[in-house]
Amino acid sequence: MKRIFALLVFTAITLTSCGEDLDDNLVAKTEVETTFNFTHNWDDTAVTNSDFNTVQYTNANGEMLSIEKLRYLISDITFSREGEEDIVLDIYNLVDVTNNNNLSFTPETKIPTGTYTNVSFTFGFDAEDNVDGAYLDLNSESWAVPNTPMLGSVGGYHYMQLEGKFTNSTTPETGYAYHTIRAADGSTTPPTIQETAINVDLGPVVIINDTSFEIKMNIAEWFKNTYQWDLTQWNNMLMPNFQAQLKMNENGQNVFSLGTITQ
Amino acid sequence: MKNWFIYILLIISISACTKDEIEVYEPTPMPLSIPQIFSQNIIPPVIPNNNPQTVQGVALGKKLFFDKKLSGNETMACASCHSPQNAFTDITPTSVGIDGTFGSRNSMPLFNLAWNYGERFAWDGKELSIERQALEPVQNPIEMHSEWDDVVNKLQSDPEYPELFRLAFKTTTITKELTTKAIAQFERTLISANSKFDRYSLGQATLTAQEENGLNVFLDETKGDCFHCHGNPNNPLWTDNIFHNNGLDSNFTDLGLGGVTGDTNDNGKFKSPSLRNLAYTAPYMHDGRFNTIDEVIEFYSTGLQTSSTVDPLMKKVTQGGVNLSAQDKADLKAFLLTLSDPSFLTNPDFQE
Ligand code: HEC
Ligand code: HEC
Repeated sequence: MKRIFALLVFTAITLTSCGEDLDDNLVAKTEVETTFNFTHNWDDTAVTNSDFNTVQYTNANGEMLSIEKLRYLISDITFSREGEEDIVLDIYNLVDVTNNNNLSFTPETKIPTGTYTNVSFTFGFDAEDNVDGAYLDLNSESWAVPNTPMLGSVGGYHYMQLEGKFTNSTTPETGYAYHTIRAADGSTTPPTIQETAINVDLGPVVIINDTSFEIKMNIAEWFKNTYQWDLTQWNNMLMPNFQAQLKMNENGQNVFSLGTITQ
Repeated sequence: MKNWFIYILLIISISACTKDEIEVYEPTPMPLSIPQIFSQNIIPPVIPNNNPQTVQGVALGKKLFFDKKLSGNETMACASCHSPQNAFTDITPTSVGIDGTFGSRNSMPLFNLAWNYGERFAWDGKELSIERQALEPVQNPIEMHSEWDDVVNKLQSDPEYPELFRLAFKTTTITKELTTKAIAQFERTLISANSKFDRYSLGQATLTAQEENGLNVFLDETKGDCFHCHGNPNNPLWTDNIFHNNGLDSNFTDLGLGGVTGDTNDNGKFKSPSLRNLAYTAPYMHDGRFNTIDEVIEFYSTGLQTSSTVDPLMKKVTQGGVNLSAQDKADLKAFLLTLSDPSFLTNPDFQE
């Protein structure tokens, strides 16, 4: 019996000895993981994809609406410190609420523990990153903006696709496609281009351990503040609508907020 | 008894770190050759780990694809409804099986299947991989109307197949799983990426003014607005491989995706087909209701039907659609035809 036991132990050791050993790291962490969890609400009522496809939300202008699709891009998560250079993570994440994909995002790069004066990210892509055709995974998601003269021949990518149906007392159920992109008017020479990505500040945070940030999107804000959006006027064909893109940018300023931080 | 156990353990532990020294036959790997227009723009294709592409596997799959032995009365092969001259579809609205019964769906062209990243196949997404899809037509009573056991027996007693299976899979014991693996390997080689538009994108061809205007109609939200579902120059698959209700009907005789998911919000949704090779794949739509590209364009322009699941992108439904001018319709058609790839029809690797 003893002999069998000894042999079993020996065998177990031999079998496992082909793998590499991993040392346990018992030293206090100087670099930690950050995770960004994206949650969604309509004026404080939680919204998940199980709430989709039902006309149940009322916007500031009084239209009732449903959500059928919601996906959006965030990029360039930035950690700012007193007297030191910003840590800019040159990443992007396509949050796909419709399919529950990428609602949680953990950048590969770890962050030094310490006191940060601000954590921020970009809704969409800034001018430097919004390069036509540059990202194969986003191309494969049909996320590109057409590189056509009418859109200023700059191409690039969508920032958000929010789609569904709306209705009010005089309008039968009608589709809307609230697509945000870089504002471009190809009818002028040269084309008028205005960057409409939004910088979102989450505020200061002391990071002592692995940290999760809840990023809340209040979808109602897209229709409310400071421009009261009228879906009966602007429901579709909004990509080439320069003025509509500027208003989306205006309303997008207060869409995101910081929820709970857990470390 | 005890000792026997110990010896086995010892042998395992000693051999665990050493490599096999005996030379065994291995099929020859044959990775997909990925066209430049794909490698430059989109992520790599999906190849299951348990079914790598090999020279012998593809050759076997091709033979099976064209072999009528797979049907009950040996009158029909996969290729009967998926013919190379038609970009691997057929020319009737719905397809007739061996007993003369017509199904309810239009046969689908087969190309670039490995780039269907979500791996949901058929018009309604009911088939979850290329391998699993190939099981279906053989046993479908209104298609090849056979039994897999019979097919496997026929192949097993064939003078050639057992050896071909050995070359492809290192066993002469034929199973339906190996049969469909081989077919899937062949299907993954059906790559179409040599249209005029592909060459234009690569800087090797120019578009006419009409084709160029047609492209703009396709990409313009105020005109065709086709790109949200059917790809764009940065997504040269010319499909999003996603399910939509594009407004064909207000009442559904075929629930499409809804019939598969059981979710009424999915009723009337079908997979956006790729717009490559339209020149060879008429008739169009899941039930083959349109005979020409002109009819399809007219439908999007003036024929849209509303329903609770119609896609929000199908705008102006109440006006029937995007109401394109005669010129824009003609230009759009000219552009769509630049997505057809004649070399795909004549590729010698794909002929019987
Ligand atoms: C009787 C005609 C017929 C025969 C024979 C037939 N098919 Fe099909 N095939 C169809 C039809 C119709 C569809 C669409 C089915 C649906 O949506 O329900 C289809 C769909 C497919 C698809 C899905 C393509 C996509 O892009 O989603 C594949 C793959 C396919 N067939 C492969 C095969 C193979 C392999 C065989 C032989 C084993 C075969 N077919 C035999 C008619 C046929
Ligand atoms: C909302 C997404 C969507 C938009 C926008 C859209 N389509 Fe489609 N298209 C589909 C779907 C889904 C089908 C298949 C529908 C079915 O068979 O039930 C389809 C089918 C087709 C077909 C038939 C192809 C075949 O092999 O049967 C053609 C051609 C086509 N569309 C062209 C266009 C053109 C041109 C435009 C722009 C004017 C356009 N589509 C806009 C989703 C869309």
